[in-house]
Amino acid sequence: MRDTWDSFVKFFVSLKLTVSLLALSIILIFAATLDQVHLGIWAVQEKYFRTFIVLWPVKGFPVPVFPGGYFIGGLLLVNLVAAHAYRFTLSWKKAGIFLTHAGLILLLVGELLTGLWQQEYQLRLDQGQTRNYSESSRDNELAIIDATDPQWDEVVAIPEKRLAAGEPIQVARLPFRVVVNAYYPNATVQMRDQLPNAPAAPATRDIGARLALIAMAPTYKENERNLPAATIELFGPEGSLGTWLVSTMLIEPQTFDYAGKTWRLALRFKRNYQPYSITLEKFSHDRYTGTDIPKNFSSKIHLRSDDGKTDRDVLIYMNNPLRYDGLTFYQQSFANNDQTSILQVVHNPSWLLPYIACLMMGLGLVVQFSIHLFGFFAKRRRAASI
Amino acid sequence: MKRFLPLLVLLLGALYLGSSLLPTRSASAYDLDAFGKLPVLANGRVKPLDSVARNSLLLLQGRQSFKTPSGESLTPTRWLLDVFFRPEIADTYQHFEIVHPDLLDLFTLKPEDGAGKKRFSYHQLETHLAEVDRQASLAESVEGPARNAYQRAVLNLRDHVILYQQLKHSLVMPDGSDFLGTLTYLQEHAAAAVDAVRAREDKKPHDEKLAAFTMEVGGDFLRMSQIGNLLAIPPLSGADSKTGWQKTGQALLETFHTGSVNPYALTYAGLAHAWTQQNPEPFNTILRLYRAELEKSFPTLLKKTDVEAAFNAAAPFYNSMSLYVLAFLLAVFSWLKWPVVLQKSAFYLVLLAWVATTAGIITRMWLEGRPPVTNLYSSALFVGWGSVGLCLILERIFKNGIGSVAAGLVGFCTLLIAHHLALTGDTLEMMRAVLDSNFWLATHVVVVTTGYAATFLSGFLAIVYIVRGVFTRSLDKATADALVRMVYGIVCFATLFSLVGTILGGIWADQSWGRFWGWDPKENGALIIVIWNAIILHARWGGLVRQRGLMALAVFGNIVTSWSWFGVNMLGVGLHSYGFMDAAFWWLIAFVASQLVLIALANLPAEKWRSAQPLAR
Repeated sequence: MRDTWDSFVKFFVSLKLTVSLLALSIILIFAATLDQVHLGIWAVQEKYFRTFIVLWPVKGFPVPVFPGGYFIGGLLLVNLVAAHAYRFTLSWKKAGIFLTHAGLILLLVGELLTGLWQQEYQLRLDQGQTRNYSESSRDNELAIIDATDPQWDEVVAIPEKRLAAGEPIQVARLPFRVVVNAYYPNATVQMRDQLPNAPAAPATRDIGARLALIAMAPTYKENERNLPAATIELFGPEGSLGTWLVSTMLIEPQTFDYAGKTWRLALRFKRNYQPYSITLEKFSHDRYTGTDIPKNFSSKIHLRSDDGKTDRDVLIYMNNPLRYDGLTFYQQSFANNDQTSILQVVHNPSWLLPYIACLMMGLGLVVQFSIHLFGFFAKRRRAASI
Repeated sequence: MKRFLPLLVLLLGALYLGSSLLPTRSASAYDLDAFGKLPVLANGRVKPLDSVARNSLLLLQGRQSFKTPSGESLTPTRWLLDVFFRPEIADTYQHFEIVHPDLLDLFTLKPEDGAGKKRFSYHQLETHLAEVDRQASLAESVEGPARNAYQRAVLNLRDHVILYQQLKHSLVMPDGSDFLGTLTYLQEHAAAAVDAVRAREDKKPHDEKLAAFTMEVGGDFLRMSQIGNLLAIPPLSGADSKTGWQKTGQALLETFHTGSVNPYALTYAGLAHAWTQQNPEPFNTILRLYRAELEKSFPTLLKKTDVEAAFNAAAPFYNSMSLYVLAFLLAVFSWLKWPVVLQKSAFYLVLLAWVATTAGIITRMWLEGRPPVTNLYSSALFVGWGSVGLCLILERIFKNGIGSVAAGLVGFCTLLIAHHLALTGDTLEMMRAVLDSNFWLATHVVVVTTGYAATFLSGFLAIVYIVRGVFTRSLDKATADALVRMVYGIVCFATLFSLVGTILGGIWADQSWGRFWGWDPKENGALIIVIWNAIILHARWGGLVRQRGLMALAVFGNIVTSWSWFGVNMLGVGLHSYGFMDAAFWWLIAFVASQLVLIALANLPAEKWRSAQPLAR
């Protein structure tokens, strides 16, 4: 029993395990890099890194072929912590190694937290436009808005995931049930009268009656996003109110009256409301004289918080984001003939960890290798003096 | 006598490098150097015409030297003068390189029709250009990475013909007319000319001939402003900013507003006149006067363009290549005979070449106002520079010739790679917006490139170990131990730099894209290098490998690094794919194969090594 335990411990603290895991990680990263040519960066991350097992479809069946990022990373972390706990001795000679590996642990933990916590949004602003929310670059939501009071809207937002699940949705604040008749992860819509032999209308109410819905394969490309659509049916106590087609391609919400209230309905990019508003005052796109090579993109924005405590101009440009209220605003892109600026908005509470980890690891390696180097020189000097 | 050999070698090497700095005594009656130093704004920066000429020749035909059909060698500047001012002669110059056989078929040309069986003149291509255009637009509809060799060749040729036309239209109208005469006539009648055109448009009585003339030259100017690519006319205000520079065509169109012809445009027309007449005296006089005029307004700018022209002529990187080869040979011979003297000579040569490349890199940094590494080309220079720098330190410490051999090998290879990367044109490019950050270029890029350099160096040192051990009897125990220490030390250094560099890259990404790590191909490549170095260190600490195993691992580091450096760019995906090259693909495969062979050699049974006995002692 004791022997089994010993060999168990030896296995987890051994350098052999470290080297094997590192070698496996190289193979994993290399394969993931090659696969990016076919899959796109998001799908690759899901398939190789954010998983315990990499699955490979053989004749349509997913077959486990390789340990995934969580598996290798997790085991490496266990190996690292166990080895240090097992062999830990407090000595200056080991200070460098210890610091380096502590930094590595922090880096790995930081990446794990980022994976769990980080949320990305986009803020798309035309010049002069003001917004107090940003939109998710990947997630969508079905917004059902009680717009009866012209002063404010009351919004019920249903995540796309629940639409995809297909179960009826009942919310206390809504006087009707929402039933998803069909859900399409990626689809396009077109006016039926512009299509020769158009398919039957997917919905009975509003614009859906005049549209044709064309399902498309989901995209994994980095610069494209899926535009989901769904046909939904609303049921009041007296029965069906009709079916609606909702799609992220339809910018304007669809309006209807029911139970004495005005309702709006829209499938839209998931919104993140902030207690402050941002106005795009000017977007600039400078080029080098006589060329089309971009020199700089910058957005001059005005930031005003609802509590009135912040009211100032900010210039956001490449490599110079705005950090405010736990969010970071980056100059990401532009559109519309340089009239529209697209800011990337990131919420990542653990953003500071890599900075600290970098410092620790760099310092640790310098200390450790300096010890080696001075040891080497001292030995040579001794050898020379003999 | 033997004692003085190292000093003699040092002296000869210095003379060789120094000779390239001296002004060339040209046989020409024309002051070609002065013309080559004239500043123009192109690709976003002010550069001398000499650079324009060299880069254009590199783009068109892959080399800077040029011979006319009659066999006369022309300097790049001399060639450019004919393109600018004697287009009817330049049209017969065979400077368009075409190697793809299908493309030649398009022109019904055979390799034998071209100079060197691959270079053709504008005249030879002229009649089929419409078809090239059509083929190019077909090729353009295919996405970049998916294009085949023919499609890339067509697009290249189309771009080269455009470049040639752009150059021809940059300074004067290339229709063989007397441009100077036209401009002087316009100068005298500018006000009347504008009035005549106005009157004609208002259907009032006017000077019919003058109006027609004005319309015609206006059309020419417009054509020049649309086609020409050099912003050759400096701002009249003398302001030292880039925004005021104009194309000649633009500046001439302004004549109709200001009523006077731009004096700089007139200057170039004057040069054109003198050159077409082949009259050196006015040519040199105009150049001298123009230069004096420029000195008044743009002294700092001229300093830069002068240095750049001198830098072009000195070609420090090209000249260092021969020094590295010589150093390599001397150091290898030192293992057979005269170790002390030859090793010292080799060390001096490496030092000389390294100083020359240092000077070259510093000059480039000063010209660009940037840290040393800004693109793939400069990364090759820097990898070589860093590796050789480390080799110099190793050679100082160990004094056994190994440092010089590795330096010669790495120095030559990286400069050769750089030489081929330079074929894509101007290597002093402007930085795209996201890269426009000297802080991160100076930290992340420099540190991570140093990591590449060190990883390569450890691999090349391991090659020295394997080759000497397997093929010669010269690898004794002392040398082997020294090599192990060198490789180990350099791997430590490489780990530090590639790790810190990679994390710094993550932090830069966090600053500019909002994510620390995105699994982008280039990031993955850098990460693999870090992990590989970590594997080497841990395998050694854990006693999993001994001498030969360590060497085999270090050689594999070469494969890993070359993949990260070039391989990922060939995938054509990701945010870092700024240097897509496909001709290099086969070279990469060959390199990887050669390294695998070396690893196999390292794993031969010990008794098969020729140095088995000396090693055992």
